[in-house]
Amino acid sequence: MTINTDLLNKATAFIWHEADLLDHKEYQDWLSLWDQNGLYIVPADNSETDYENTLNLALDDADMRRMRVARLESGESVSAGSVSGTVRMVSRLRILEETADSVVVRCAMTLNELRHGNLVSYPADVEYRLKPTGDSFVIERKVVKLMHADGFLRTVSFIF
Amino acid sequence: MSELIELKNISQKAADMVEEGRVHKALYSDPEIFEEELDKVFQNTWVYIGHESEVPDAGSFKTAFVGRHPVILSRDRKKNLHVLLNRCRHRGATVCEGRKGKTKAFTCPYHGWGYGLDGGLRAIPKAEEYEGVLDKNDLPLESLRHESYQGLVFATFKDDIEPLEDFLGGAKKWIDLFVKQGGGYPLKVLGEHRFNFPGNWKIQLENTTDAYHFPIIHKSFISSLDDATADIFDFLDGDGFVEDLGHGHSVMVMIPDLVDLEDDLDQPIPERFEDLAQALRDEGQDEEQVKRLVRAAHGTGFNLNLFPNVSCSMAFFRVLRPVSAEVTEIQHVALGGEGAPAPFNRKRMRLHEHFQGPMGFGTPDDGEAWERVQKGSMAGKDGWILVNRGMENLHTSPDGNVAGAVCSETGMRGAYQKYKQMMAAEGEK
Repeated sequence: MTINTDLLNKATAFIWHEADLLDHKEYQDWLSLWDQNGLYIVPADNSETDYENTLNLALDDADMRRMRVARLESGESVSAGSVSGTVRMVSRLRILEETADSVVVRCAMTLNELRHGNLVSYPADVEYRLKPTGDSFVIERKVVKLMHADGFLRTVSFIF
Repeated sequence: MSELIELKNISQKAADMVEEGRVHKALYSDPEIFEEELDKVFQNTWVYIGHESEVPDAGSFKTAFVGRHPVILSRDRKKNLHVLLNRCRHRGATVCEGRKGKTKAFTCPYHGWGYGLDGGLRAIPKAEEYEGVLDKNDLPLESLRHESYQGLVFATFKDDIEPLEDFLGGAKKWIDLFVKQGGGYPLKVLGEHRFNFPGNWKIQLENTTDAYHFPIIHKSFISSLDDATADIFDFLDGDGFVEDLGHGHSVMVMIPDLVDLEDDLDQPIPERFEDLAQALRDEGQDEEQVKRLVRAAHGTGFNLNLFPNVSCSMAFFRVLRPVSAEVTEIQHVALGGEGAPAPFNRKRMRLHEHFQGPMGFGTPDDGEAWERVQKGSMAGKDGWILVNRGMENLHTSPDGNVAGAVCSETGMRGAYQKYKQMMAAEGEK
C-alpha cells in the first residue's frame, strides 16, 4: 500500500482550516470554501445514500447554507446566543478516492459544545468530496454521520 | 396558596394546582406528580403510537411507547395490526429492538422464546421441562387495545375506554382536513427527527397551541423566508382562532386560507414553490395537478392538538414522550404522499428540514425557550404559570365550541382542564 502523503497533507490542511473557521464562527469565510453546487448533509439515517429522497437533519444547498449562517449571525436566534463555543478534533484522515477533479476523504471528528454550562459531545464520521483548485480545494459535498444520528439528539445551533 | 403544596394526597394536589387561568409551576417538576400522571393520564386514555404507513407490509413493525411502556406496533401476515408490550413472558427481556423494520417473528435473545407477529407464543426451546408447568397459549406477548382513525394509530391500557372516534369527537373533522396534504395521495410518513429537552412534557403540550410565541422566538426563521412567505407567517393580527374541541383537544388556526387544501386551487404559484411547480411540469403533470400538489405542499394552516401526546402540526406530527418530570423526548414526523411524484415528497422533506428537528431553523429556539421555562420554574417556593390570555374575549364557534383569538391560550386551558379531571379521579389500585 502506498499513501499519497502530499495529497493527504493538502487535504488535511484544508479540512483543519475549515474546522478552525467553524469553531471560531468565521462563517463568511466558511461559505467561500464551497462549490456553488455543493451540499452540506447531516443524515438522520446513516444507512441511507439517496439523501435528496430521504429526510435528513440538514441538507443544505448554497441558499440554505447562506440562510443557516445568516440565522446564526443575526443575533435573532436565542439558542445560537446560548452556545458558548465549540471545539472539534479532526483526525484519522484517509483518502478513499482520487481522480483528476475529485478527492474523497473520510475522517473522524469529535465536536464538543458548551451550552448553558453543559458539555455535549458529538462523535461523527465525516466524508468530504473535494474539488482541486490549483493549490487548494473547494467542497463539493460534506456528509456528517453523527454516531447517534437516529437517537434523541440535543438541538444544534452551530455548524458541524 | 402555599398550603396546596402541603396536601398529602398527591392526586388532589395536582388537580388543585390547575385553576381556570393558571397552573402551579410545581406541575413541571414534582416527581410524585409525574408518577401519578403516568398512571392517571398515560395509562388511562388513548395514546398515539404511530401511523399505519410506518408498518405498510405483512411483517412490518415499529417500536413506540405508551407512557413508560415499550410497545411494538406490528402487522401480521393477514395485514392486521397489533400493539404488543415489548416484554418476553419468560424473564422480561425486550423481544424487539430498533425503530422499525420487517421480521417474521419476535424472538427473545435470552432463551429463544419466539412470538408471532400477532404476539402468540410459538416456540419454546427445550419445552419438555415445561410439561405440566405452563401452556404456550397462556403466554402471548400482552396486547393492548388499539384503534385507528385516518391511519393514526392509538393504543390504550384502559380496556373499557370509549371508542377512539368518540374520544376524538370534534377533532375528527380537523384530522380529515389535515390528511388532505397528501395532495390526493394517501398520507405517508417520510421520516422523523428526534430530540429531547430538559423539561416537562406539558411545556411541549402547551407549545403546539401557542401562536403567541411564534413571531418572537422564531424571528430568525421568519427572517430566512422571502417576503411573501414571511407575510403568511405574520398571523397574530389575522382572522385565525383557537377552538376548544373538548376531551383536552384543541385546534389553532393560524392561516385560515390554508384550512382546506382542496379549496382555492386557482391561486397563483408562490415564489418559494416555483421550483416544485416546474419539476412537476417537467414530469408531465398537468397544470391542475401542479396547483393541487403545490397547495398541498404548504401543509395546513392549523395545529390540531390531541391530548395527551400528539399534535397534527401544520405539515407534520409532533409526538411527545414523558421520560421523567424534567426530561421529554419529541419526534417530528415528516409527511408526504404515498405514490406522490418524487419532487412533491422531496419538497415536503426540505421544508421539514428547514424548520423542524434538532438542526431546523425553528426547533432549537423552541427548545431553548422550553429549557428556560423548566429552569425558571424552579425559582421561588410558590408560583404560577399563566394560561389566561384571551380569557375575556371568547366566542362560540360555528361548531358550538368555546373559541378565542389565534394568540389566546384557549387550547392550553382546555388541555389543563382535561388533565385536572383525569388527575382528580381516584386511582385504580
